[in-house]
Order: sequence, then C-alpha cells, then structure tokens
Amino acid sequence: MDTSEYPLELPADDRPMVRFLNVNKNYGSFPVIHQLNFDVAEGEMVTIIGPSGSGKTTVLRILMTLESISSGVIYVDGKPLTHMVKGGILVPADEHHLRKMRSSIGMCFQHFNLFPHMTALQNCMEGPVQVLGLTKKEARERSEELLTLVGMIDKKDQHPSRLSGGQQQRVAIARALAMRPKVMLFDEVTSALDPEVIGEVTNVIRKLVAEHNLTMLMVTHQMGFARDISDRVCFFYGGKIEEEGSPQDLFGNAQRERTKQFLSAVKEAR
Amino acid sequence: MTPDWRWDFALEILPRLLRATGNTLTAAAAGYAIALILGLVLALAQRTKWHSITLVVRECVEFIRSTPLVLQVFFVFYVAPQFGINLSPWTSGLAAIGLHYSAYLSEVYRSGIDAVPRGQWEACRALNLPLRRTYLRIILPQALIPAVPGMGNYLVGIFKDTPILSVIGVAELMQMANTVGSENYRFLEPFTLVGIIFLFISLPAAGLVKLLERRLRLAMGL
Repeated sequence: MDTSEYPLELPADDRPMVRFLNVNKNYGSFPVIHQLNFDVAEGEMVTIIGPSGSGKTTVLRILMTLESISSGVIYVDGKPLTHMVKGGILVPADEHHLRKMRSSIGMCFQHFNLFPHMTALQNCMEGPVQVLGLTKKEARERSEELLTLVGMIDKKDQHPSRLSGGQQQRVAIARALAMRPKVMLFDEVTSALDPEVIGEVTNVIRKLVAEHNLTMLMVTHQMGFARDISDRVCFFYGGKIEEEGSPQDLFGNAQRERTKQFLSAVKEAR
Repeated sequence: MTPDWRWDFALEILPRLLRATGNTLTAAAAGYAIALILGLVLALAQRTKWHSITLVVRECVEFIRSTPLVLQVFFVFYVAPQFGINLSPWTSGLAAIGLHYSAYLSEVYRSGIDAVPRGQWEACRALNLPLRRTYLRIILPQALIPAVPGMGNYLVGIFKDTPILSVIGVAELMQMANTVGSENYRFLEPFTLVGIIFLFISLPAAGLVKLLERRLRLAMGL
C-alpha cells in the first residue's frame, strides 16, 4: 500500500489522539515493527509490555520522531506526523513539519537525559523559553509549578549530578510537561532506578493519570504498576501486538500462549 | 670547554628580546583566536547532512595536518601572490598558523562533540529544540569541557610554533634573537634567553588551562 491510499487527515468522528496505520520499521532487513495498527484515544493511558527486542521501545521512539519509519503513516490528533500533505498527497515529512507536529509530544527516557550543565529549574525552563518563546518569568512560573507537582521544588537549583536517579527522573517529567504536550511517552522510566526510589516516580505518574487528562503511552517492566494505572495494556511480541486488553483481562485472563509465558516468566523473576 | 656566558650582554639584550616577546604573544593569541573559530567551523562542517561537504572538509583537515607548518607558511607568503593574494608577512603568518591549528582544533572539537551522549541529542529533539539552539545551548557547552585540555595543549603548541614565522621575516622573538646574535657574533645568551622566556610562559599557561578546566566544571555543575 503506497501512501496515496492513506487519508490526508483523519475524519472528525474517527480521530484518536494517536494512530499507527500499517507502520513498519526495519533495521536493515530486520523488521522491528511489523504492520502495526494501533490507536490511543485522547486521555487514555496505554501500557506496552513485552520481552526485550519485541519493539516496544521503538514504538515510542518513532512516535517521538527520534527514528523514522520504513512504511505506513502515524497520525497525531488526526494529522499525519511522519508525513505531510504536499500537492494533495502524503509525502515524507520534512524537518519543518516534524518540528510543528513534535510539539504535541513529550517524552521521558530510561536514563533521564537531563542537561547536566543546567539546574533542575533551568532544565525545565529551557524548552518553554527557547522553543515556545515564553518570557523567562513565565517559564519560571510554569516550571516551578511543575517542579512542585513532582515534589522537586526544594531542589530546583541543584544540578542533576547532585540528584538521585528518582529525583532526576521527576525533574525530567516536569521538563517534558513544561512543553504542555498532548501525548506523553514514558520509556522504561523506572528501569534505571534503585528499587527504593521507584515509588517516587510511579507516584508522580499516578498523580498525572488521576489529575490530568493527558494521553499517555508507557513502556514498563513494572507489571503491578501497569495493572494499577493503565486503561489498556498491550503485549508486544515480534514487532506487533500479540494481545491487548484491559489490565484485568490481560493480567488475569490472558488468551495467547506467548502472553501467558511472558507473564509467568516475569512473575517467577520477582 | 666551558661556555663563556656574559651577564652584562644578557642584561643588555634582554629589553629587545622582551619587546619581541610581545610580538610573539600577539602572533600566538591572534593565530589561536583564528584557530578557535575556524576550527569550530571545520568541526561543524563535518557534521552537516551533506556528505560532499563533510568529505571535502575532512580531506582539507587531513591535508593540513599531514604537511609541515613551515611549508604552509611559505605557501601563503610566496605562492599566494601568484594568485593575486598579496599579504604582509604578519598577515600571511597569522593566516597560515591559524589555519594550521584550526585543523587540529577541529579534531579536538569533534571528539568533544562525539563524547556528548546520544541521549542529550534525543532530549533536545523531544523538547523540539532547533538544531542551532541544540548546539549552542546543550551540545557545545558539554563538548567544551572535555575539549579544554586538548585546546590548552594547542595553545602552548601554537605559542611554541611562532618562531616558524621568522622564516618570512616576522619580527618575533626568534627572529630578534637571531638578529641580536648576528650583530654581536654571540648566540649563547640570546638563544638561551629565548628558551627561558618560552619556558616561563609555557609552564604557567599549562597550569592556567588546568585551572580553567576545573573552574568550568564547577561552574557547569559537572
């Protein structure tokens, strides 16, 4: 299917916040994502679980436009993300289009990726000032509000090197939220943390789910956490969704053999 | 055979040598300034999406690094006029030494930029920072710190290489020592003093670079 058969824009009555349409992603000849069709509704919290190499992190990375896709189209808020409309057809997006579309998406990484030469507050202010064009005062107010939300306001003048992993990750969440994204991506945000600080990060995400109408897509190995907060859980295997459903269904009553195997392996490991 | 060192002669020629030292320092500073800026341009030019530019710049850098500085100095001064470029000894000298060291500094910058973790680039992209801001505010400040020792080495290096400019008649320290020596048929004192002057400037400079690196690290909270 070539891109001329894809809609230029999704119709108003069928407009999820994110739609993957026949998306493929290959590394060389190896398919990491295979014919992925996947929607995330507005305000929905979707968790992706699966064994390593199943392509779950890649889903987030291509949605953040950190990597390009090999074929298919991704739509965000009804508009094509990976492509743009030119001469009445969809063509691969240029940097200008990507920059415009990317502003609706925010991401937190496994290794936080805070800017080491800036304080927590400066990390949060950087995007709003440099990208959104806010004044320093506006950006500071917004950032301080968010640092309060994640419980890091008393450390706002510390550099990342003086913060624990959990604290750094909370600052990173505030930094991403400061851009006011419609979609937030969490890529194994607790995997690099010591067990005793995982709770402080998951609690922040719980708070976001409870109090904000954000669309969220999360890759995690914390099965209990995924079960607690997700609206929907997707089990990835071999670059596609093997099984999906409500947390109760997927964790309590998995249908597919591979899902059962994975879940019991994870349970044993704990 | 004991060397016949004359203190009175050494003291007599010292002021002239110190005045020439001023020229040497000017040449080193101006050449280094050129190299700092041009080196960054050369480093960034190797990171554009146009592979042909990368290739051409890389070959130029390799070419400059693989040929002697003295040849490049001669070329700029004696050969460039044939192409209608007439430069004074001073300008030729600074252009040649600046160009020469920009090739080396571009490699220092390049390794500094390469050392910035990929996650930093990804964070910039996730925040939607434009490329220019990404470089200026996030990548280069982090690339600079590991680059400081290398940059400091080349600062001392460029200073020690300024005597090469004497071959095209730039009145720097070496040229002056040679002149003084020829006038008096005594070379022991002028050349010894040149060595001492170089030593007295190079050693503290290396120390200052170390200090600068530490200060920068502190200032950036690293």
